[in-house]
Amino acid sequence: MNALPCTIYVSFTGAILALVAGTRSAGAARFVALLTTLTAWGLVLAAATKFVPTAELQELVNAPWIPELGIRYHLAVDGISLTLLVLTGLAATVGVLFSWNIEERVGEFFALYLALIGGVYGVFLSADAFLLFVFYEIAIVPKYFLIAKWGSTNREYGAMKLVLYSFAGSALVLAGLLWAFAAGRASGFGVAELAAATGRLDLPQQVGIVAMVFVGFATLAGMFPLHTWAPTGHVAAPTAVSMLLAGVVMKLGAYGCLRVAMPLAPAAFAVLQPWIAWLAVIGIIYAGFVALAQDDFKFVIGYSSVSHMGFVLLGLAGANAVAVSGAVLQMFSHGVIAGLLFAVVGRMVYDRTHTRQLADLRAMPLHRLLPFPALVFVLAGLASMGLPGFSGFPSELTILVGTWQTRPLWALAAATGVLVAAAFTLRAIALAFFGQAERGAADGAGQGNGHAHPLDPVTWPEKTGAVLLLGATLYVGLRPDSLLDWIRPALQSPAFQAFLTGGAS
Amino acid sequence: MNADYIGLFVALRPEVHLVVGALLVLTVDLFNARHLPANRHQVALVLGLGTLLMAGYAAVMGNASGRIYGGVFLLDPLANATRAGVIGLAALALALLPDPRRLKNPAEFTAILLFATSGFTLMAAANHLLLAFLALELASLSLYVLAGFDKTSPASAEAGLKYFLFGGMAAAFLLFGFSLLYGLTGSLQLEVIGHRLATQGPTPLLVVAVVMVLVAFGFKAAAAPFHPWAPDVYQGAPAPAAALIASASKLAGIVLFTRLLASGLRDNAGTVAHLPIAIGWAPVVALIAAASLLLGNLGALAQSNVRRLLAYSAIAHAGALLLGVLAARLNGVGPLFYYAATYGLATVGAFGVIAALETAGPVQSLTDLAGLHQRSPLLARCLAIFILSLAGIPPLAGFFGKFAVFSNVLHLGGLAGPAGWLTLLAIALSAVALYYYLLILKQALVVPAADKPRISVPLHVAAALVIAAGLIVALGVWPSVILGLF
Repeated sequence: MNALPCTIYVSFTGAILALVAGTRSAGAARFVALLTTLTAWGLVLAAATKFVPTAELQELVNAPWIPELGIRYHLAVDGISLTLLVLTGLAATVGVLFSWNIEERVGEFFALYLALIGGVYGVFLSADAFLLFVFYEIAIVPKYFLIAKWGSTNREYGAMKLVLYSFAGSALVLAGLLWAFAAGRASGFGVAELAAATGRLDLPQQVGIVAMVFVGFATLAGMFPLHTWAPTGHVAAPTAVSMLLAGVVMKLGAYGCLRVAMPLAPAAFAVLQPWIAWLAVIGIIYAGFVALAQDDFKFVIGYSSVSHMGFVLLGLAGANAVAVSGAVLQMFSHGVIAGLLFAVVGRMVYDRTHTRQLADLRAMPLHRLLPFPALVFVLAGLASMGLPGFSGFPSELTILVGTWQTRPLWALAAATGVLVAAAFTLRAIALAFFGQAERGAADGAGQGNGHAHPLDPVTWPEKTGAVLLLGATLYVGLRPDSLLDWIRPALQSPAFQAFLTGGAS
Repeated sequence: MNADYIGLFVALRPEVHLVVGALLVLTVDLFNARHLPANRHQVALVLGLGTLLMAGYAAVMGNASGRIYGGVFLLDPLANATRAGVIGLAALALALLPDPRRLKNPAEFTAILLFATSGFTLMAAANHLLLAFLALELASLSLYVLAGFDKTSPASAEAGLKYFLFGGMAAAFLLFGFSLLYGLTGSLQLEVIGHRLATQGPTPLLVVAVVMVLVAFGFKAAAAPFHPWAPDVYQGAPAPAAALIASASKLAGIVLFTRLLASGLRDNAGTVAHLPIAIGWAPVVALIAAASLLLGNLGALAQSNVRRLLAYSAIAHAGALLLGVLAARLNGVGPLFYYAATYGLATVGAFGVIAALETAGPVQSLTDLAGLHQRSPLLARCLAIFILSLAGIPPLAGFFGKFAVFSNVLHLGGLAGPAGWLTLLAIALSAVALYYYLLILKQALVVPAADKPRISVPLHVAAALVIAAGLIVALGVWPSVILGLF
């Protein structure tokens, strides 16, 4: 257990090493990156096997950092953070495998990539709100350079939009936390201390604080109507970064909502609960319909990410033990599935066909040209639709069951979103992989393309990465209790119980 | 006033070092220029840095504290920290000395920079209106000369003249304000003034005096609406001069005026922490802060020139610093000093990168930075640290400075009054600021170079940049090093 903080240090050290290695050769930088992510993931898995679920946070490090403001370097872990740490390790490792074909400024790419990962590990391990915020911001800036330099389609616009949305969200978080800290005369930045301070204020101020912090974090989780950074950012990003964005970075926002915003003031959260729930439902359905109308393959996945993250927010808004545990499970599940979908679209298909227009892809019989990606995408699509056997099923079901207990109408509305998700996923599968080569002129062009320039075969890093992700979604789909057994006890802690009981009225 | 000259000499050892060092630089150059003209730069640089080092040592190790020379000087933790801070910043700025092709008189430049530094250190310790004014003028007059030092560049001459005209005007206002304060209280000593004003109550004359003083403060801090000199001076002045004006001068000015307001006018602050606002200097400072935050951040969006962009960002930071001045009285000056000092470090660094780039060609437009990561990875990485610190990204020092200052201001009264609202405005505008800072970094780190040669960074410049970047990271990770001083 005590090795978990090393994930942060290993990632940042790896970033520096990758930068140094990159000046020698690209291959060295790749191996440094892979070794770093594997080491960090190994540390997490080793800790996970010895993990005994408890209600309380299990202390890792707790030392005074800035005593003048009562800020502590406080790292701790519970079942929820461990779930997300496992996801981070998996997504980071697979992301390195899917960026094996980066050729330009490789050292810098992996240095920024690993710095981002280090920030993500830090957020999931932080028990002090200030520390969490610091890591949260560390994770924001590298994204700009990763997208603006190594991205595609309108990348500078997408990168700037993404970073400004993230940063504006984090500014809201900072403002809210400072408000609670100063106005409530908190003695420090621990979540419990901030919650006590917030409790000293009157209800309108509490609502203001929780609204700022929640909306700030939820911006990064893709909450409607602040989600617009997500599709453009995902599309502009290089494959590994899309995978990380959808896979773990959006979870940072949801995790911040759960860990910091909601425990701050349970009474204020109860006031905001219906608003959040309806925004989540609108996000699920609206993003689903938008995904249905996209011409660009990657935009379909981008909007589907927003739609699936809506379920996470709905689970949080449900605010009972079932709904919130479902939300955490959905964070894991969506992280794996979205990573898989982006890997297929961005790396396996786009890097070979050099088009993402569904109309162009339709003219190529990709299920014959690229059988492995087609298989992976179909499986990932099924998982994404929430078919039993894959992780999407238990997580979305748990959320809907939990939300039903709070307010059946929300669950009903969100359930229609599942249908929409099935529709856009099936449409994407059909158009992209099982298009018929049209007869006549288009037929000649499509066939000619396929035969004149045979598509590169799928490489071993891609296969390994895809198999890892598919294995994870199947494992969790078949044995969701393996994660729920970690998550459920954590929700018994006083910080969570305060709003779980307060919100379920 | 009992004249304790020994005590005065001991307390002023840093200033003695600076002045003697400046004279030494000039004298050595007088002989050296005839015999070894090729070495003039190195000699001036080494002597200047050595002087600053000794002065810094004297400032850090000096055991004088408390009221010196009948209370003309006050050596409290703030004064000592500021003296060390301005000397350090001046040393970093001096290390950016341009090469012989663009600076014909290195010794004069170095000597004037040392005089300016002694002005800053005196400002930091001044507890007396007359000394405050003299120190300010010593610093300002030196800076006017430094700003116009590049005789080959019309822009430099313009910078010097504009700075001089604005500065002269501000000095006139300040002197008028001081004379009114003296007339009201019959004393030049800050504590005595504060004491007598407390018993007098507000008078219209006092309002005039306060406004006059604040005009001069606004000029020194480059706060709106007294900012119009800043973009032109930043653009035209030689890089070390601009770096000094933006960093050490600002730190010393903030400290001087904070002392003046918080000590001399301590009972005439009024309040902006709650509604209704009480009349005093605080509402005026809040107004200037709001104007600076808005004008600086929005003005920077429209800039295509790096130096002008840095000037507008300086105006925005002045707004945040002025917010800190509002809270300095209640919660101590630690955060304010931390913010001003680390801001100075980042600015010196940014100008240092520009100075290094100027060895290879003029740097005006943002696109002149294009491809910096290929032309010099060291410069590109240092620039990233400085700019991200200015933008307030953790774990760099700029983030914690803002955080501590804003937390201080919110402690005044939460969101019950304009002070709290201004803090929220400042936090919201930091998202705007990130946009223009990223525009700089996009050029430096993302855009490829268009067949431009690699840049060889002179050793002293590289050392200054690495030290500044290292300090920004270290102070950002361990802010208690500075906060613990107060």
